[in-house]
Amino acid sequence: MASNFSRILSSKQRIGVLTFVGGSVTAGFLLHRQHVGAAAPVRRSYPASADYPDLRKHNNCMASSLTPAIYAKLCDKATPNGYTLDLAIQTGVDNPGHPFIKTVGMVAGDEESYEVFSDLLDPIIKERHNGYDPSTMKHPTDLDASKIHSGNFDPRYVLSSRVRTGRSIRGLSLPPACTRAERREVERVVVDALAGLHGDLDGKYYSLTQMTDGEQQQLIDDHFLFDKPVSPLLTCAGMARDWPDARGIWHNNEKTFLVWVNEEDHTRVISMEKGGNMKRVFERFCKGLLEVERLIQERGWEFMWNERLGYVLTCPSNLGTGLRAGVHVKLPLLSKDPRLSKILDNLRLQKRGTGGVDTAAVGGVFDISNLDRLGLSEVQLVQTVVDGVNYLIECEKRLEKGQDIKVPPPPLKQFK
Amino acid sequence: MPFGNTHNNFKLNYKVEDEFPDLSKHNNHMAKILTKELYGKIRDRQTPSGYTLDDVIQTGVDNPGHPFIMTVGCVAGDEESYEVFKELLDPVISDRHGGYKPSDKHKTDLNFENLKGGDDLDPNYVLSSRVRTGRSIKGFTLPPHNSRGERRAIEKLSVEALTSLDGEFKGKYYPLKSMTDAEQEQLISDHFLFDKPVSPLLTCAGMARDWPDGRGIMHNDNKTFLVWVNEEDHLRVISMQPGGNMREVFKRFCVGLQKIEEIFKKHNHGFMWNEHLGYILTCPSNLGTGLRGGVHVKLPKLSTHAKFDEILTRLRLQKRGTGGVDTASVGGVFDISNADRLGSSEVAQVQLVVDGVKLMVEMEKKLEKGEAIDSMIPAQK
Repeated sequence: MASNFSRILSSKQRIGVLTFVGGSVTAGFLLHRQHVGAAAPVRRSYPASADYPDLRKHNNCMASSLTPAIYAKLCDKATPNGYTLDLAIQTGVDNPGHPFIKTVGMVAGDEESYEVFSDLLDPIIKERHNGYDPSTMKHPTDLDASKIHSGNFDPRYVLSSRVRTGRSIRGLSLPPACTRAERREVERVVVDALAGLHGDLDGKYYSLTQMTDGEQQQLIDDHFLFDKPVSPLLTCAGMARDWPDARGIWHNNEKTFLVWVNEEDHTRVISMEKGGNMKRVFERFCKGLLEVERLIQERGWEFMWNERLGYVLTCPSNLGTGLRAGVHVKLPLLSKDPRLSKILDNLRLQKRGTGGVDTAAVGGVFDISNLDRLGLSEVQLVQTVVDGVNYLIECEKRLEKGQDIKVPPPPLKQFK
Repeated sequence: MPFGNTHNNFKLNYKVEDEFPDLSKHNNHMAKILTKELYGKIRDRQTPSGYTLDDVIQTGVDNPGHPFIMTVGCVAGDEESYEVFKELLDPVISDRHGGYKPSDKHKTDLNFENLKGGDDLDPNYVLSSRVRTGRSIKGFTLPPHNSRGERRAIEKLSVEALTSLDGEFKGKYYPLKSMTDAEQEQLISDHFLFDKPVSPLLTCAGMARDWPDGRGIMHNDNKTFLVWVNEEDHLRVISMQPGGNMREVFKRFCVGLQKIEEIFKKHNHGFMWNEHLGYILTCPSNLGTGLRGGVHVKLPKLSTHAKFDEILTRLRLQKRGTGGVDTASVGGVFDISNADRLGSSEVAQVQLVVDGVKLMVEMEKKLEKGEAIDSMIPAQK
């Protein structure tokens, strides 16, 4: 069934696939680090010291961790598919970063990158994810939406609710490295599975190469259409190659569940609604994800997942849950309060403008979402957002009445 | 992007039809030539440095082109690319360079004395004169493919060579990554400073990687001779000055180039050249002489004449705006330069510019007097 690619899957040690029962969730293969076969060493004409990048003006996680010694150790290694260190770090070399915003500066070209380049990726993961140590810790996965409480916000404040994550198809390279054939296979596998969704998840796929002008306009009006990446963080990593080949958008007829194919990850899965019913958004999110997973497994495929890194995605910042749960919320008074940043920090939340990452807030309306991705489960993160947003709305109400607000205490440190 | 050498072998596991790019909406030379059959035939090849077919064509796949402007859509990663992928590149070269055949020989003539005239273009019309070309250094891979170590080695060698020049060529090298703000300001006001490429034609070919590492500018004290290091080619060599004395510009160009070449040869790293393709550069459009000789010339009346474009075509010239390629003209001032690169010599190409611009200035003067220019329109050169 899985044609050329099945032999790649069968070469990995199978532990077994466990199905979800009640609240406990485990799935997928366990990828033993020592079983990853490295490819033939990369041919180099220059010694590592001559090729070591100049990172003196750089401010990103890769630049902080890539010592000449680590570079020398890893520079002639490649993953079984031929992905190299130089390719993985190119985006971080080309984008020195910003004094205030520390980007990751490195991507994975395939699942094995996280093994072959672990000497560099582990410290990056630790820095980015609050001290989470992939070599010793385990990541909990929990997609049981019934556990969420108080997840229905006051619609006078919360304009919309959204949960997104990504999923990668095991056995196929990731967007920075995938060949055209692999990318097209990702599209085939995912679209085939999505066609099996029914009921409120019944929907349609719109390929970027074949959509009509009418379809394109509708998708733009719905704010669903994604564009060719322009951010150099992505283009320098090679993720926009061959655009728009094998890229597309699937959404259900009700326009509440959406899947992007082959943008920054194999898939980005989004559940969204107008208004404040985050619990229902998360319920649909979990149901859709689990259903898609079941459908691809029927066909011999599965998602990239392991118990150290959770769901494996292109950017190390999206490991674990890959989940960003957020709301568009009106907080005009709170937005002017100088304590807002501290409040958000302590609630483990981040603010963005309503255009998403790297945009400004308009009219006191913020995009508020979870900061964390790895080391905490989906349920834990969504509950954090729910609790945090409820707290922010309380603050806004108090300010409306002329009362003072309190900065909540900081959370307990999660990882040593 | 230059993948590791093993990546191409991995791709061969997938069928040709699954890997072949969708070029149905493309309009560039590569897309016109590359069929699925040809792709299947040469996709398993690599140059000795590991450059592959997909590397060659990535820029053309990512940039479908424009209905009116036919871009090349492929680049070379090293000297051997032109040999290893000749089944693709020879037809591309033929299309781009007026039917140039694989058996044709290219003539190189950098003897400035062979240029006739060129010192008397009317400075009331011709505001500035400039000749540029590129050179690649043998033994190194080209900008789409080279590693940081290689690029730095190219820079080091180039700086040694350039800073050893004397006389009118004596000057200084400014590395992009360590220039001071004042130096940068000065280079911008002199119109010398080149920027990180933003054109997707270049970025998709991987030429902007690691910017600004290994990049820099050398110019002579008189600011009439300039060399860019590691931009779109290993070296871009430019001779320029205000006014219409193209002869002097070309002389300086030839003398400077030959001096530089001697120094590189002494280090056993001469320039990439062969008798079929002339000077080897990154983009197939710049093969041969790699020379663009041109002027900024005021032609407000002629440029609005119905036959302007035809005149240019017949004179084997092309127009650009004063910002260079892909810019618009401002105030009737055009950048006029030779259209050809391969199949004719440097002297011949600059001669066409000198003769053609002289004629067009005379046409402009006629039009100013309200006279017709039909009798002056030349035959196809």
